[in-house]
This record gives sequence, structure tokens and C-alpha cells, in this order.
Amino acid sequence: MARYIMVIDTRRCVGCMDCVVACKTENNIPEGYTRDWITETVCGEFPTVGLEIRTERCNQCANPPCVSCCPTGASHVHERGGVVLVNKDECIGCKACLAACPYDARFIHPDGYADKCTFCIHRVEKGLDPACVSVCPTHCMHFGDADDPLSEVSRLLTSRPQHTLLPEAGTKPRIYYLT
Amino acid sequence: MNSLSRRRFLKIATTTILAAGVAGRATRALAAAAAANGGPSGTRRVPTYCDICFWKCGAIASVRNGELWKIEGNPSDPLCRGRLCPRGTGGIGAHTDPDRLRAPLIRTNQRGEEKWEEVTWDEALEYIATRMKKIASDHGPESMALFAHGVGGTFLKHTLKAYGVNNIAAPSFAQCRGPRDVGFRLTFGDDVGSPERTDIENAGCLVLIGSHLGENMHNTQVQEFATAVGRGASLIVVDPRFSVAASKAKFFLPIKPGTDLALLLAWMHVLVAEKLYDADYVAKYGFGFEQFAASLTSYTPEWAFVETGIEPGVIRATAREMARYHPATLVHPGRHVNWYGDDAQRSRAVALLNALLGSWGRKGGFYQPSSMDIPAYPYPHYPKASRPTVDNPGRKFPFAHEAISTGIRDATLTGQPYPIKGWMVYATNLLNALPNQAETIRAIQQLDLLVVVDVIPSEIAGWADVVLPESIYLERFDELNPEYFKEPFLALRQPVVESPNDQKPNWWIARSLAQKLGLGAYYPWKDIEEYLEYRVTAAGLSYPELKQKGILHGPRQPLYFDEGAPAEFDTPSKKIEFYSLQLEKAGFDPVPRYTPPPPGPAGSFRLLFGRAPMHSFSRTQSNRLLSDLMSENVVWINHTAASRLGLKTDDYVRLRNQDGVVSNRIKVKATERIRPECVYLVHGFGHTSRGLRHAFGKGASDSQLITRYRTDPLMGGTGMNINFVTVEPEA
Amino acid sequence: MTEFTLYRHNPLLDPAVHVWGWEIPVYLFLGGLVAGLMIIAGVRLLIMRPTARQALVCCTVGPLIGLVLLSAGMFALFLDLSHKFYVWRLYLAFEPTSPMSWGAWILLFVYPALLANALTHLPEAIPALAKRVPVLVTISDYILARPRIVVGIGLANMAIGVALGIYTGVLLGAMGARPLWNSAVLGPLFLFSGLSTAAALLHGILVLTTPDDERPQFADFLLSMVARWSQARPLDTRIAPTLAQADNSFLTIELGLLGFLLIGHLTSTAVHQQAAGLLLTGPYAAVFWVFVVGLGILVPLVIQHLELLHRIRHTIAPSLLVLSGGLVLRFVLVAAGQASHWATALP
Ligand SMILES: Nc1nc2c(c(=O)[nH]1)N[C@H]1C(S)=C(S)[C@@H](COP(=O)(O)OP(=O)(O)OC[C@H]3O[C@@H](n4cnc5c(=O)[nH]c(N)nc54)[C@H](O)[C@@H]3O)O[C@H]1N2
Ligand SMILES: Nc1nc2c(c(=O)[nH]1)N[C@H]1C(S)=C(S)[C@@H](COP(=O)(O)OP(=O)(O)OC[C@H]3O[C@@H](n4cnc5c(=O)[nH]c(N)nc54)[C@H](O)[C@@H]3O)O[C@H]1N2
Ligand code: SF4
Ligand code: SF4
Ligand code: SF4
Ligand code: SF4
Ligand code: SF4
Ligand SMILES: [Mo]
Repeated sequence: MARYIMVIDTRRCVGCMDCVVACKTENNIPEGYTRDWITETVCGEFPTVGLEIRTERCNQCANPPCVSCCPTGASHVHERGGVVLVNKDECIGCKACLAACPYDARFIHPDGYADKCTFCIHRVEKGLDPACVSVCPTHCMHFGDADDPLSEVSRLLTSRPQHTLLPEAGTKPRIYYLT
Repeated sequence: MNSLSRRRFLKIATTTILAAGVAGRATRALAAAAAANGGPSGTRRVPTYCDICFWKCGAIASVRNGELWKIEGNPSDPLCRGRLCPRGTGGIGAHTDPDRLRAPLIRTNQRGEEKWEEVTWDEALEYIATRMKKIASDHGPESMALFAHGVGGTFLKHTLKAYGVNNIAAPSFAQCRGPRDVGFRLTFGDDVGSPERTDIENAGCLVLIGSHLGENMHNTQVQEFATAVGRGASLIVVDPRFSVAASKAKFFLPIKPGTDLALLLAWMHVLVAEKLYDADYVAKYGFGFEQFAASLTSYTPEWAFVETGIEPGVIRATAREMARYHPATLVHPGRHVNWYGDDAQRSRAVALLNALLGSWGRKGGFYQPSSMDIPAYPYPHYPKASRPTVDNPGRKFPFAHEAISTGIRDATLTGQPYPIKGWMVYATNLLNALPNQAETIRAIQQLDLLVVVDVIPSEIAGWADVVLPESIYLERFDELNPEYFKEPFLALRQPVVESPNDQKPNWWIARSLAQKLGLGAYYPWKDIEEYLEYRVTAAGLSYPELKQKGILHGPRQPLYFDEGAPAEFDTPSKKIEFYSLQLEKAGFDPVPRYTPPPPGPAGSFRLLFGRAPMHSFSRTQSNRLLSDLMSENVVWINHTAASRLGLKTDDYVRLRNQDGVVSNRIKVKATERIRPECVYLVHGFGHTSRGLRHAFGKGASDSQLITRYRTDPLMGGTGMNINFVTVEPEA
Repeated sequence: MTEFTLYRHNPLLDPAVHVWGWEIPVYLFLGGLVAGLMIIAGVRLLIMRPTARQALVCCTVGPLIGLVLLSAGMFALFLDLSHKFYVWRLYLAFEPTSPMSWGAWILLFVYPALLANALTHLPEAIPALAKRVPVLVTISDYILARPRIVVGIGLANMAIGVALGIYTGVLLGAMGARPLWNSAVLGPLFLFSGLSTAAALLHGILVLTTPDDERPQFADFLLSMVARWSQARPLDTRIAPTLAQADNSFLTIELGLLGFLLIGHLTSTAVHQQAAGLLLTGPYAAVFWVFVVGLGILVPLVIQHLELLHRIRHTIAPSLLVLSGGLVLRFVLVAAGQASHWATALP
């Protein structure tokens, strides 16, 4: 059983947002909406400053509150790699999942249903990387199967220190940031 | 470009073989691309090359069910290696931009009022031809000037040269990389080129002086930069602002703006005083080293500390760091280097520092680019101009080797050495690209004809008599790109989709205008494909294959001296000139000499500006995909300075410059990421053209606030970092 | 010093989460109110004294109003849905982990329960209507002739009412992502707030519909029941403190639960402390203290206490205060909850 994850090297990321615009074109995300985004955290005082830039999106949580709170079953865990998906034909737009996600990773598509990152499952099923991963000019994003100990992501996870976002929220996020 | 550098580029045998350098990753990507190709039946993939900036990355655009869907890097393109930058990826927004120019326009009111009448192409071209003929008969054809930026200008240049026009310029010299190329030519006898011949990916130590790679999104450079960072290369970043690059650096030197030359001199002082420089290299290739070394004695790190604010210990440590990795230490020459008006000399100091480290011609330093030899189309000869160009009268800027855009503007304003009465402007928003907008507008008022060829209603188009709407790059064939790069290759731009309205490609415009001007003989080909096929075939290559692949490769050539690249220097001494007799003879410092930058008015901030990764200059703000990523710029103010002014992040302010010009309102970014005596904003925002409905009035324009500039005495570049602003809260 | 910049501007989320506007607080308020009406109606049905006017109001008028309010609440909920025409999807699945799904199914049972409760004594409560629609009498007679059905209806109303009331709180309480909501106290809090608003509504109706000379000796059930069971106090149905007294006890319990909620947060993690701070001292403090705690709980407590002591006349003032306090409580909690975030407590 595959378990898809992303491993992102914050040392390399320059915050260019190529990942954001690639997602928008690949997935036809309407103007004004986005499935992935950039954050910048600056600490310290000039000139002794630290900066972490992160590309963020749905963390494809192993313990996804957005799925458990969904009244219709529209939000579900895909059998492939444990990716959390929304079936737009089952979604009533109650927004419970938006409220339940500690990362604010979901939004309501102008057509009414809840939408979010799909890990580009349509590409992954064809053997491609997700659009954001495949476009990144700094090669800072890596996608793969954490259950395969030989995968690039598994090797990266064992070789470098890392963190996840808001682990204290208990959702078991599956995007790892190398520091 | 002039022959001096061209001559030295290697001519390449034109067999098409897949470059050996395209290794595993690219092959995988190719397979991936092929897999995607076999996707939904309604999807078509067309290779072409990008035009959102001048880097010209090879791209593959996908059309799904007849609509432009996405654009990705061409895995076989050595420039992009299968990955475009955000602007390239968002390039399809240029096609769908609802604010695009749709039809030719002729002005109906006063210049600058942006009132138009839509006309047919025939009427528009007739109008232009008539006025061009009048200018030629009244003043001579040289009184027409062409400003053209980027590859798309080729055919208009051809038409105008055929007409006898010799005043042709782009802002890429006097407003961009000119001083750097002059500084390097004076030292190594050659340009750095574009794409820069910097071997960033192999550098052991990389020094960035204001080059904000990562925000400056020139694709290959950023990719190689990330590789170097990933490899753990030692990175030294010199910038008054904690740039993205600075955040990756081992050493961040928060320099006082305008004092870089002092730092460079001190570094060289340390390298020479501590004998850390590449003595063999200097002995073998150097000229005038002793005089140069002697001139450095007083430039101690302690002296430089006073000027730059960089601790002497840090200056020594970084100089030693550079020495440790040499010759694989790359002191990046920068690109937009028109900062303070002494830029050619500062760039020369950068060149000299590289020379001391022995990085020119060495792996991890500067490589020797090569290109494929694609024969030119056999056109008739151009008429000989009866008068010299106006941009550099009497060669008062003796080391300018390209036309000075602002020089043409000066001549237009003064009528000296002879009047300029018509401007043809192709793909350059002169109002935002040249310093001092008022001067540009005054010059425009001297004209009998201003034609602007653009894709959106830019500010310069707003002042035009005739506006010609061009098809965007995804809708047209264009000139071939036989790039000078690490490996030779040839790229084709071809249409992916049709133009939505009455827009036309530049080649069609140029040829139609030529016909109106009675210059039909200069266009022997029937359509652009005939032209392209001729050149490609003449080079021994297959045009159908180029169309199918988008890129054809030539064999890799030696990149470094030790690989057999010729160690030739096209300077008068045929050596690397540590001491420049050319400069001395022309009355300039033969070795760079530091003078401190004049301070600004009390209580004001120096205005600095630069790039945001998702925008190109002033051309992408109405691209809805890209503006979605950043719809307005913000002004960076040091956190402490902002608190003192009672300002916090997201407050709106206006900037007032030393000459009383007040900007549009702009949001504050109160940040620890900048020195307290300067502010910073991203160039290209604060549009004033009403036609740019989406971008109009969003953010503030640095161009508007740059009323002053200092001209580089060597080459006529316009240093623009000499403006100062105060910050006024917006109620 | 930490500067944090988020480059995202998704509607409903940025710069601050506001996925739920007025519809959800209104729905939660009406849901809670209906829950309270059900419980009171159920209890009152079980101890029905057909002669007592206030009893008829409790177990007949209350449920009838409840039906209307519930429909209004569900309409508000419907308005909030962004994929409206798919609403039927709610009833193609039962998702045991989703409070929203529980709620959807509970709501299905609320209608018949309320209706049955109302029908039981409708002819006595509204004789004019019964005269026009004789079948109502038949139904009522049928039910009243079978005490087990009456008990069933009463118990069903109580049980469903409790479920509904708690659900309105659990709906928020289950959202681990919003620290302010993330408390088990929210269920009981909303239940008791629902009870207090229901008692206040009924009290208000009685005050409004009672002729001036017959001061509403309203109030009712919990206390009177307790009194009866314990035999500690004789029940006086005419001047019993009943509904007002009940309301006071609900309000007191509600106040206690609010305290628990906040104390729970204040003794928890930094994010929970920050969340409590939003109500206690933050941007929502003024509304919270003035409209929820002050005008919504404390002032009506005092007024009703004075009413019960016969120091002042019964008016609808406390009812209105309690009702608006209950509504504002939902608004404040929904808004402040969305403003509370795990990330905001980062260093
Ligand atoms: N204040 C200030 N001035 C600067 C700079 C700065 O940072 N600040 N930077 C300097 C530098 S480094 C440079 S290189 C120059 C750049 O200067 P320019 O090249 O003039 O840059 P833009 O402002 O983007 O203007 C390009 C124009 O071309 C149009 N255009 C885009 N695509 C096409 C096309 O396919 N066909 C046609 N016909 N037109 C097209 C755009 O709409 C836009 O109006 O500016 C220089 N000037
Ligand atoms: N995304 C994107 N990328 C681009 C472009 C674009 O439009 N968009 N344009 C391309 C072009 S044509 C060019 S020329 C390049 C320009 O990009 P670069 O050549 O890399 O940079 P500049 O614009 O010259 O300089 C901006 C940086 O210099 C710093 N700086 C300002 N004053 C000083 C100083 O006195 N000393 C030092 N050491 N640093 C200083 C600023 O803080 C800022 O970080 O970008 C290219 N890349
Ligand atoms: S594309 Fe890559 S480098 Fe750019 S912001 Fe996204 S993750 Fe970072
Ligand atoms: S990040 Fe949010 S939307 Fe994604 S799985 Fe986790 S809780 Fe659900
Ligand atoms: S908005 Fe849609 S996906 Fe989200 S919880 Fe409601 S029904 Fe499920
Ligand atoms: S994985 Fe796909 S859907 Fe998710 S952010 Fe990346 S491009 Fe968008
Ligand atoms: S660097 Fe970016 S914008 Fe420039 S040509 Fe390449 S992809 Fe296009
Ligand atoms: Mo430039």
C-alpha cells in the first residue's frame, strides 16, 4: 500500500510561486483562488535575520478532521496513497471541512463545492509528479511513497532534519519540510 | 551586439545530436512529457520558446479542446531544463488577458489622453508610412529612431534599417547591463553576455553583489543557484536588503547602499596583501598587475568599514573564503547594474576581483559560451546612413559599445546633433524603463510621429499617435534563437493558438510596413516559415524536426581553459588588464577609485527597487494569472524606522521624492529585512494607463519617483539608485 | 520578533477565516431554542395539568412555534450551503463521525416529535382552531386515550431535544482546528443556553398573553417538578415561580458552563489561552461581556429574581434579554472561534 508524501527542502525554495501558478493552470483553478500558497517567516533583527519560505497546501493528513466532519462522505480518503479528496457531486458546500482544517487548506470553489489540493492524483496515476513538484525551478519539492524505503522521499526523511506544520493539532500531516 | 564579442564565439558544426549533458533527470522528464502527450485525445502539445522575459526558455504549450491550457518547460531545452519560471508558467495569462490591445488605433485627442479611433491595419500602416516619408524628406531617414527590446524586434529593425534608420536602441544597455559589459570588456576583452556565462552550478563559492537571484528569476541562474545552495556552496551576499538569496547565505553583508566599490577594493586589498590571489593565473594572463596592486594599499578593510558599515573582520573572512575556493569562486557580475553612475568602474572592480581569483575561463567561474552557426537570410544591403548615430555624439561616452537609449531621448529633446522626429517603439515601455518620465514626455512632444507596437495598452502606448497590437508570443512565429550558452542549440518560436482579435505578429507588421514604404525588395520571402526554413536548412538542419522538437542541439564545445577553450583576451594588451591604459588615455581612472555616494536630504530614505519573481518589469501586472500571485507592490521599510514613523505593515502610505513627486498609495511592509536608511519596492507597479483596467493604480511606481539619474561617464548608463523619498501616511 | 507573511487570498479564509457568516449562528440559536422548547414541552406533557394555561402554552404553543423556528433555522442553514442543489446528499449517507450528519438526521425526527406534542392538547390550547378542524379533536382524543403514547411523545421530545441541543454545541466543539471551540463544554453550554432561551420565550409569551390583572404566575416545570418529587414545597400553579425560576436556574448553569469553557482554555495550551483571550480581553470582549454575560445573563437573572420576589411586575424584558443574549452568544462564539487558530500562537 502506497503512502504518498511530499518532502520540501526549504533551504532551496526561493518563494517564486511557480508551484502556485502551475497548480492554477494544471487544475484550472479560477482567478482569486488557490490550492497552494507561500508563507514567509522572518525572525531576528536586522541584519541577523532568519527566513523560512514554505510552499504550503493541504497536508493530506493521515488523521484528517475534514473527512471525519463531512456529513455526506464527499470528503474521503482515496485508496491510492491515502490522498484526501473531495467528490464534488456529493458535496453540499456546508463548509464544515473548511472550519475543521487547521491549515485553512480548503476553499469553496465558485461552483459551490469544497476544493483543495489533490496531490494531482490524476497525474500521479499516470506516473507523473504533481504539477507543482514538476515545475519547481529549484527542485526543492519531492513527491513519493513513504512506504517504499528506497524512494527519494524516504531517503530524504531519514537523512535530514525536518518538521511538519502544526503537529500539535493532531492531524498527522504528510508534508515534511527539511530545514 | 558588436563584432568584437561575436567574433570570439566558436562556430559550431551543425549536426543535431542530443546534448550529452541532458542526463537522467531530463530523460525522465522527457518520458514524463511523452506520457502526458498520450493524455486526453483533445490535448495538443506545441513546442515554442517563452517571451515573458529575455531569457527565452524552451517551452511546450498544451491546448486542450481548442483552448490554451498550460505551458511547461521543454525538457530538452538547456536553458530551462524542463522547468519554466513562474512568469513562464503563467505566460498563458498573456493570451487570455482581457485588457489586451485588439485592433490598430490612431490617436484622436491630445497626446497622452489615451483617446483612440480603431482603424484597419491598412489605414494604420498607411498613416505611419506617410509620416515616415515626410520625416525622411524633411530631415533624412536618420531622424527616425527605433526602440526595440527583445527578440521580436528583429524584423522591425530590418525594415527600419532598410529605410536608412541607424538610431536603434534598447533599455537593456544604458538602463540595465551596459556598465557590466563595459567593465568586463575593459578587463577581459569580452562581455558577460545574456544568458550570462556564469558557471553558478559548479561554483564552490558564489558572491552576489545585489544580484537577488531567486527574486531575479532568470531561470537557468536560479536553477543553478539552487543547485549550488543544495550542494552547500559557500554563499556570500552583499545587499542592503536581506534578499531571498541572503537568507541562504553563509555570509550576509548588509552594505550601506552605494559603497560596494569600497568593499570590492578592500577585498582585493586583502587578497593581494595576504597573497591569496591566483598568482600563476595573474602572471600568465595579467597585464599591469604591479601598478594595480600598488593602487590598493590604502584600501584596508578598516578603511572600507567606515564607508560600507561592514566589519573589517567580516571583510577579511569573506576575502579568505573566496580565496579558499578559487578558481571556483564566482563573483557574480550582476545584470541590472545601473545604480550610482560609477557603475562601469564598479563592474570593472568585480571583473578584477574575478581576475585575481582566476575564475574567468575556469570551472565554477566564467565559462566560454558557444552557439550554432545559423546563416543569415540573404537580404539586399542596407543603405548607408549619411550621418552618425545621435545617441553618443562625439563619442563623449567612449566605452559605450551599444546605442544609448537615453542618448536618443536627449537628441530628441535638444535637436542636437540633429533632430529626431519619429519614434518607433517595439516592446519597451519607455515611460517605465527610462529614468525621469517628464523628460521622456517632453521628448515625445518634439516628435512628429510616435508609433508603439505593444500587446497591452502600456504607458508608452498611451502617448502614441499610432498603436499597433501585436500577437503575443504564443500566437506567432518569431526569429530563431541560436543561443550562446553552455551548449549550442537552436530554438524555434511557433504559434500555439490563434490571436483572439485583429492582432498581428511582428514579422507581418514589419513586412507590411516595408511594402508601404516601397521596400518590398527587402522581403523576398513570402511568409515567415519560408524565411525560417531557409535559415534552418542553410545550417544543415531539418526544419520539420525543429518544428516538432522546438529545440535542436549542437555538439558541446570546451567550456573552460583547461578543457581547451581558448584563453584569448580581446583587450589592447591581449591580456587581462589589471591596469587599463585605454582608460588612462581617455582620462579615466586606470584602476577603479572609490568616491562615496552623496547622501540624501535629512529624514529621507534612499529609494531602491528590484524584481519580484512572478512579474516581469511593467509588462505582467495585467496578466490575471500572475497578478493573482501579487496584485500590488509594497514598500519595504525597516521595522524600527517604520515604528518611529508610526507605521505598521499594511498601512497605506505615499512616497514623496526629493523633487516633490508623490507616488500612488502603497502598502507598508515593516520588516527586519532592510537597512534603516533605504526603502525598497518592486519595479513595474503603479500603472497609470487606464487601459490596464486590472493593474491601474495598484501599488506605486519606482519609475515615477526616479526623477534623477547620474550618467556613467564611461558609457552613458543611467544610475537610478540616487533618488530619495519621504513616507507620508495615507489617511 | 517574528514577521509572518501569508501569500494567499482565498475568499472566506483570508486574511481571516470567516467561512460561516450569520446563517450558522442563527441556525445554532434557533436549533438550541427549539431543543429547549422540546424538552420543556416533553416534560410538561408528562406532568400535564390540562387546566393550567401555562402548561398548554408549554406543550402546545411552544412546539407549534418550534416547528416554525426550526424551519426558519433550517432555511438559514440551507442559505449557508454553497452547493445548494446537492442538499439531498445529506440523506444518502449517515456519517457517524460527523456532527453535521447527526444533526441532519436528528432534525428529521424533530418535526414529528414536535407535531405530536402539539397535537396532544391542541383542542384545549386553541379551541377556535379545533372547532374549524374537527379532526384535531379526533387525533387528540386518540392520543390522550393511550397514556403510553403520551409518555412516548413526552420522552421522545425530551430525548430528541437534548440531542438537538447538545448537537448544536458539538457541531462546533468537534472542530479541533479552532481552539476556542475545541471543548466538550460547548455541547452542554449550548443545551442550557437553548433551555434558557426557550423558557424565556415561553415566559414572554405568557406575559404577553396574560390579562393585566392575572399576573403571570408563570414559570414552571423543572423547579415545580423537583418540588413535587421531593415534596419539599407545595406546587402552586397559579403563582408558582416556575418558568422564571427555571429560566434563572438555566441561566445560572449556563453562566457556570461558560466559566468552565474559559477556565478550561485558560489552563490549557497557549493557543487555547489565546482563544479564550479573544473573548475575555480581545476583539470580541466588549460584545461578550456586555451582551452575553451582562445583558444576556446577569441582568435577566436579577430582574427575574425580583419578579419572583414580587418586587416588580413580570414583563417581557427579561425574555427579550435572554433571547438576544442567546443569539449573541452564538454569533460571538462562531466569529471568535473562526478567529482562533493554532498557528497564531507560534513564537
Ligand atoms: N525604474 C526602473 N527602470 C528600469 C528598471 C527598473 O528596475 N526600475 N529596470 C531596467 C532594466 S534592467 C531593463 S532590462 C529595462 C526593461 O525595460 P522594458 O523592456 O521596456 O520593460 P517593460 O517595462 O516590461 O516593457 C515592455 C513592454 O513590452 C510590451 N510587450 C510585452 N510583450 C510584447 C510582445 O510580445 N510584443 C510587443 N510588441 N510588445 C510586448 C509590454 O507590454 C511592455 O509595454 O528597464 C530598465 N528600467
Ligand atoms: N522575476 C523577474 N526576474 C527578472 C526580471 C524581471 O523583470 N522579473 N528582469 C531581469 C533583468 S532584465 C534584469 S537586468 C535582472 C535584474 O536583477 P539583478 O541584477 O539581480 O538586480 P537589480 O535589480 O540590479 O538589484 C536589485 C537588488 O540590488 C539591491 N541593491 C540596491 N542597491 C544596492 C547597493 O547599493 N549595493 C548592493 N550591493 N545592492 C544593492 C537591492 O536591494 C536588490 O536586492 O533581473 C532579471 N530577472
Ligand atoms: S516553485 Fe519551488 S522554489 Fe518556487 S516557491 Fe514553489 S517550492 Fe519554492
Ligand atoms: S490539511 Fe486540512 S484539508 Fe488537508 S487533509 Fe488535513 S485537515 Fe484535511
Ligand atoms: S463542504 Fe462538502 S466536502 Fe466539506 S464537509 Fe461539507 S459536504 Fe463535506
Ligand atoms: S499537488 Fe497538484 S493540486 Fe496539490 S498543490 Fe500541487 S499542483 Fe496543486
Ligand atoms: S526566465 Fe521565465 S519568463 Fe524568462 S523566458 Fe524563462 S520561463 Fe520565460
Ligand atoms: Mo535588465
